Amino acid sequence: METEQTPHDAALIEGLRAGDEAAFAELMRLYGAGMLRVARMYVPSRAIAEEVVQEAWLGVLKGIGRFEGRSSLKTWLFRIVANTAKTRGVREARSIPFSSLGDGGADEPTVDPDRFLGDGERFPGHWAVPPQSWAPEGRLLAREAMDVIEREIDRLPPAQQAVITMRDVQGFSSEEVCNALDLTETNQRVLLHRARAKVRNALEEYMR
Amino acid sequence: MRLARELACNEIVELVTAYLDDALPAEDRERFEEHLVFCDGCDRYLEQMRATISATRNVGVGELPPELEARLLEAFRDWRPA
Repeated sequence: METEQTPHDAALIEGLRAGDEAAFAELMRLYGAGMLRVARMYVPSRAIAEEVVQEAWLGVLKGIGRFEGRSSLKTWLFRIVANTAKTRGVREARSIPFSSLGDGGADEPTVDPDRFLGDGERFPGHWAVPPQSWAPEGRLLAREAMDVIEREIDRLPPAQQAVITMRDVQGFSSEEVCNALDLTETNQRVLLHRARAKVRNALEEYMR
Repeated sequence: MRLARELACNEIVELVTAYLDDALPAEDRERFEEHLVFCDGCDRYLEQMRATISATRNVGVGELPPELEARLLEAFRDWRPA
């Protein structure tokens, strides 16, 4: 009853079940690096995150025969890596409540407050230093712009990194991310918004 | 999320992701859009967030470290049904 699967996903699932190495390699290429970022959300080091990814893939192979396809293949894969990482995080005694995962500043503004007029002004909260045009926007496609984005994503707190990777790089819907990471919609949105705003800020510097 | 009054720019910029996800209640969505009509700064901010999102999509997720990929392939071959 693999109702949620695209035909291509269905083929990958069949391939995996049949032991087809090409199917396995494709899934690793599509989702491996994203899964590593998700693992890093819950464990204290990159090395442990790599072990988690390895353990998670073993779980995937063990579970693929019984996978019923109630969620999409990618949501299932990311849920397995998130759960594996959470378990490992607890064992490492480093499991930290989500709210403190480097996102303590959830209420802090994402745009520098100095760019808005102060309370004493006639229009408090309105732009004092509005964003400048990015024309020509073709520059956003340059290799340098890609590097700026990658560098900025690498610098984000792990939870923001995981959410922006899933939403904006891998193209998950917000529902899929909430489902895979067991986040509320609000939490998910706060993390995504903070991440995107920082990437925009970095691009603003570059586009100047 | 209920917004009682007209929105200032520093509020608009925090609502962009909710707006793009179509997660604002109808009334707030209307206020948000009304603000954009007269505010070039916020209009541009929204466009730049959209441009940021599509540029991020082009970046790609990167690759696994080769040693990890090799370990995973090995594990796969061990597991593979004969």
